Amino acid sequence: MMNNAAVADGAAIVVHELHVRRGRTRVLDGLSLAVPRGRIVGLLGPSGSGKTTLMRSLVGVQVVQSGSIEVLGLPAGSRSLRRRVAYVTQQASVYDDLTVRQNLAYFRRVLGAPASDVDRVIERTALGPYAGRLAGSLSGGQRGRVSLAAALLGTPEVLVLDEPTVGLDPVLRVELWQLFRSLADEGATLLVSSHVMDEAKRCDRLLLMRDGALLADDTVDGVLAFTGTDDVETAFLRLIEQGRPDLPPRDAAARDTVPDAAMRDAEGSR
Amino acid sequence: MTVTRTLATSGRVLTQVRHDPRTVGLLLVVPSLLIGLIAWMFTDTEVFHDIGPAMIALFPFIVMFLVTSIATLRERRSGTLERLLSMPMGKGDFILGYALAFGLLAVFQTAIAVSFAVWVCGLEIEGSLWLLFAVAVADALLGTALGLLASAFARTEFQVVQFLPVLVFPQVLLGGIFVPRDQLPEVLEAISEWLPLSFAIDALQAVAGDTESTGWIVAKLLVIGAWIVGAIVVGSVTLRRRTP
Repeated sequence: MMNNAAVADGAAIVVHELHVRRGRTRVLDGLSLAVPRGRIVGLLGPSGSGKTTLMRSLVGVQVVQSGSIEVLGLPAGSRSLRRRVAYVTQQASVYDDLTVRQNLAYFRRVLGAPASDVDRVIERTALGPYAGRLAGSLSGGQRGRVSLAAALLGTPEVLVLDEPTVGLDPVLRVELWQLFRSLADEGATLLVSSHVMDEAKRCDRLLLMRDGALLADDTVDGVLAFTGTDDVETAFLRLIEQGRPDLPPRDAAARDTVPDAAMRDAEGSR
Repeated sequence: MTVTRTLATSGRVLTQVRHDPRTVGLLLVVPSLLIGLIAWMFTDTEVFHDIGPAMIALFPFIVMFLVTSIATLRERRSGTLERLLSMPMGKGDFILGYALAFGLLAVFQTAIAVSFAVWVCGLEIEGSLWLLFAVAVADALLGTALGLLASAFARTEFQVVQFLPVLVFPQVLLGGIFVPRDQLPEVLEAISEWLPLSFAIDALQAVAGDTESTGWIVAKLLVIGAWIVGAIVVGSVTLRRRTP
């Protein structure tokens, strides 16, 4: 009832009426969304729009005031999800005074993942040449990759990545998106945040966020068609101007007030 | 809580310390150097004989407090704690892992400090050296446990260091080093009866002078042990998976 069937069926993440306050600020104000399984969903918005707070809520490290969050059918932060959901924070959360391999070996033991996983994720993230170096001696981008490699340990079903491509050179950025695509092809669900609208075209679906509310929850083509634009940056501005979000209907009331989205959904354009 | 995760955490903390020679130096050598300095200052007087045992309690306690609290705080600040708590890591695994790692360092530190005080500085111990060692280790562990607890209530390294004058210095002042505790004003004496460091200093002085029975010293050890367990339990309870 809280989500249209098409989305709820294959959804890895379902958020309903999420309210989060940090200090006196309302960061998220009644947010509802769904992330389908096996897809790359881009969470885009300017800094300060609540992306990180949403991600923290999804992995169960954020105190939330009200609302429900289901990840893989379980309440966010459930004990059994801690193995199945991986979270990469914006700043690389690794130990600077350990080598790359020591970092990964420790996180592997905490997860209880197979010992061969360390070599697998080192290869996957092309960290081989740096495996014996202290994480603190690496560049920002390399440290970020160590943080990502740690998240790949134990082959999680859902990956929540907070601005993983920030500050990377274009070549590395392309490589990283190729990695994300191959993970999704293997069945993982990825929620990737970014404040670079350019990266939207690499995602299967977009969540456009501003001031703690969603402007759009649609495919890239859907967003562009809805706004009649040909790039996401302009679409973002158009959505703000129009003051009318591009959201799928989440209940009967929404269906009445958002005819466009309802119709598109009925046609099965998604 | 699992043994694997606790031991993995201890091993990881010890590897981190090994990569930082300065911290190793601070932990293992500095307390002995400070005890040596005191002994040297009071050459040809009876002062070192009187306060030497207390110094064995004091310096390891402060050093362990400082290193433990900052190490765990760095974990909060770097985001690694948040990462661990979003993984299947028990809060008890985390705190106990730290306690074990720094506990092991405390044993080495104390062995060096006691040996240095006795065989290099000539501190005379009338009672059992083993008992002296046991009390000194418990005292260093107490510093570790209180450091773990303090880091739960600090958000920055700056705030953690502020706990030194608030939590540690009063215990040093009232512990009987400057004025014997029974000569303190009544109210202060009553307070000092409850401070954990007082138990350690009392016990070390008793072993050094062989003035009390083994049972009396073991009783003091048990009180210190209770403080250690209490601080670790409260520390792991105050650790929150979800933060505002």
